[in-house]
Amino acid sequence: MTSVIERPSAPQSPHTPSLVNRLKPNLETLPTLAAIVIFVGMIIYGEIAYGRILQFSTLSNLFINNAYLIILAVGLTFVILTGGVDLSVGAIIAISSLVGVMLANSGWNPFVVIVLMILIGSAFGAASGILIQYFNVQPFIATLAMMFLARGLASMLSTTPERLADESPIRTLSTEIKVIDGPKINDLVTTPNVIIAAVVVIIAFYVLHKTRFGRTVYAIGGSEQSATLMGLPVVRTKLAIYIISGTLAGLAAVVYTSKLGIAQNITGVGWELDAIAAVIIGGTLLTGGAGFVLGSVIGALVLGLMNVLITRDGSIPPEATTIITGAILLVFVLLQRLVVSRKRKT
Amino acid sequence: MGSRVGDSMRLKDEAGRRQNEQADMAATEPIVEMTDISIEFPGVKALQNVQLRLYPGEVHTLMGENGAGKSTLIKALTGVYKIDSGSILVSGGPRQFSGTADAQSAGISTVYQEVNLCDNLTVGENVMLGNEIRGAFGINWKKTHQAAHEALVGLGLGDLDPRQPLSSISLALQQLVAISRAMVAKSKVLILDEPTSSLDANEVEGLFTVMRRLRDQGVAILFVSHFLDQVYAISDRLTVLRNGEFVGEHLTRDLGRSQLISLMIGKDFETLASLGSNRRRDARESGEQPFYSATDLGRKGSIEPVDIAVYPGEVVGLAGLLGSGRTELGRLMYGADRPDSGAVTIGGKSTEVHSPVAGLATKIAFSTENRRDEGIVGDLTVRENLILAVQARRGWARPLSKREQKELCDKYLVELNVRPSDPERPIKNLSGGNQQKVLLGRWLATKPQLLILDEPTRGIDIGAKAEIQEAIATLAEEGMSVVFISSELEEVVRLSERIVVLKDHRKIGEIINGPDITADTIVDLIASDGAEAQGVEAFEPEPAALASEGSVN
Repeated sequence: MTSVIERPSAPQSPHTPSLVNRLKPNLETLPTLAAIVIFVGMIIYGEIAYGRILQFSTLSNLFINNAYLIILAVGLTFVILTGGVDLSVGAIIAISSLVGVMLANSGWNPFVVIVLMILIGSAFGAASGILIQYFNVQPFIATLAMMFLARGLASMLSTTPERLADESPIRTLSTEIKVIDGPKINDLVTTPNVIIAAVVVIIAFYVLHKTRFGRTVYAIGGSEQSATLMGLPVVRTKLAIYIISGTLAGLAAVVYTSKLGIAQNITGVGWELDAIAAVIIGGTLLTGGAGFVLGSVIGALVLGLMNVLITRDGSIPPEATTIITGAILLVFVLLQRLVVSRKRKT
Repeated sequence: MGSRVGDSMRLKDEAGRRQNEQADMAATEPIVEMTDISIEFPGVKALQNVQLRLYPGEVHTLMGENGAGKSTLIKALTGVYKIDSGSILVSGGPRQFSGTADAQSAGISTVYQEVNLCDNLTVGENVMLGNEIRGAFGINWKKTHQAAHEALVGLGLGDLDPRQPLSSISLALQQLVAISRAMVAKSKVLILDEPTSSLDANEVEGLFTVMRRLRDQGVAILFVSHFLDQVYAISDRLTVLRNGEFVGEHLTRDLGRSQLISLMIGKDFETLASLGSNRRRDARESGEQPFYSATDLGRKGSIEPVDIAVYPGEVVGLAGLLGSGRTELGRLMYGADRPDSGAVTIGGKSTEVHSPVAGLATKIAFSTENRRDEGIVGDLTVRENLILAVQARRGWARPLSKREQKELCDKYLVELNVRPSDPERPIKNLSGGNQQKVLLGRWLATKPQLLILDEPTRGIDIGAKAEIQEAIATLAEEGMSVVFISSELEEVVRLSERIVVLKDHRKIGEIINGPDITADTIVDLIASDGAEAQGVEAFEPEPAALASEGSVN
């Protein structure tokens, strides 16, 4: 017997529509594509208006200066994909880098210090995850509590800048490595920090798209109830994503501290919002279920490039940066609304 | 009628006699055997000594009205609820699952009424979620989509592209995708919880095709439904539950429709026969205008468009099985749900009733069937509950004075004989019958011209029941229009001048009450509607065909 159910399209070979679908601009990739377009547009505009943007040194610095933000954005991509949020990452950077610098200065083994800095992040992430999963606390509230806790602990440790000794081995993470020796100072350079960020992005991409864990993250974002009823390990996965986010915040603390060499209790204020902005600009739906980790990288670079352009312009007061960030964010959220409403109609 | 329950108890003998049909089943062990299952929630016995047997290669229907315990039984099987007593055997061994995921890993998959899939993913991703095919470098998407395609082909859905987003296909197809998920998990038992409630006839037939195919592959299918036609079209055997109790297990073809209905609704018909009044008056003959009339009143997914009119001083009964659309129709008339079709005329004027406020403003009052959750406000006093609707009509800016409140209380507590008559007592401390009287008073205080009562006598003792029935009869004599909804057909017949009969969310007929109308008339009407439908609706196989399909297994 043949089924008589109405099909959206006339019966045809299963691969014909898929080819057509792939050629059409996919609604889900649209926000990410828009982010890439804006990024490229900003580079072209900057090159024409101010010059010296599309060159090795500027682009190298863009990655070097924003490695920590890329790492934070990757962590938040996991969280936001499930429909959650993590507000604690900025404060985790403060406590983690303060602890790291103080221990390193008191003579601890740098490797132990680095591992400890990362584990501090994991611990805060685990605490958020447990609150959310087992005590049924809203992610917003749970991570807000962790934010206050981490920030408070950091303030108890020190309220003055702690300087990491210049000869500390931790600082080798920000050693500049020349990849291409260009004319004058226009070199393509990288640092171990940038390489760390790149490895994090690659692993995150692999995990999200090539593992069952990653698919579960997307499924939870689509519908947590469905994911549970489909027999997916929802509890374990949600716990894991907050640990991932916390751990990456710890890693971002290592990267940032090694670059700047200073830690303070007010380090990282508002960075969780920068990271969330990067994720949203990169095309991840704030309600979860759709988005790409590579989009979040673009989002972080858009924010970084914006700072560069404002500095170059000189006429825009740096105070206006947040307004521009907000405006870009608003445009992207509106774009997402459009996509979601188009999807509902189909 | 009372002997029919007894019949079902003799099932074992019957099953023994039908060895030719059951030959294969005698050879196979049941894959699931639930014995004497009881579950108690605080204050409610949700299931009492319920039995269920599932054999490989059969479609077994779980029948019962809403609230009969069908869903509870399924949740007991899949481990969502813990059973208080009884045993569950799966493939001969005792099992107690910890939840849907656990049951699924043991080969028992459930597809729920609300399709539980992720519409942000593609069809193929949904089919394979949790079972993706992995290679050395993580998920192999090519093979995974290939496997999804094969699973879909297995259900006759070969032309569905696994790379298509789930949100782009119809709800019916999504349901089939959910079933193919179960097949990827190599399930031996497939539970379909009211899968047809949102499908149209063609889509139902598509689903049945898939179900027959799976049954022929040896899958045991537990089909939950209260749509009689569908049950007769697809199922080999059925188990009937009523009020959380096991009523019987039957081969579908041995059980007539009216037998099945009486098994489902029970037969306490006679108990209340002596109560109530026997008013018989056909308001329409007196040439009056109906107070309320609606044409094509309907709401998608809730009730198909109906015509209904209520004359002044008339009691119109809404009869039908639970879940037939009685409550839905009442809610539409009051405006508790927004109708999406139909024209309404009230008191000769064309009106729109789109909200409870509009309902109250047009002198319509609706008393809910869900007394505890939608009716009383438990922590407030009797007085506060009583004045609630009047106060709501006046608006919060003009509170009722103490004196007005007292007047209302004195009037209705005495008139309706609420006991204890202390207006300052929290209403939750009153018995169900007295709570219901207060609720009746609440709506009467708004001086409605049309009073819609949804199950006003459910769960209350016989004395209070009689008082409420009398109050309704008196109100109608005083000229109020009443819509009376009850699952007790005898009660509907006794009180109503006209009876609108509903089935499967549509109106199937209207009976003008007379001396020879009894509850059986309504039962027959509901049953014969299904039988007539057999000839009309193409998807329904002839009884003979059903029988032969049954024996093929």
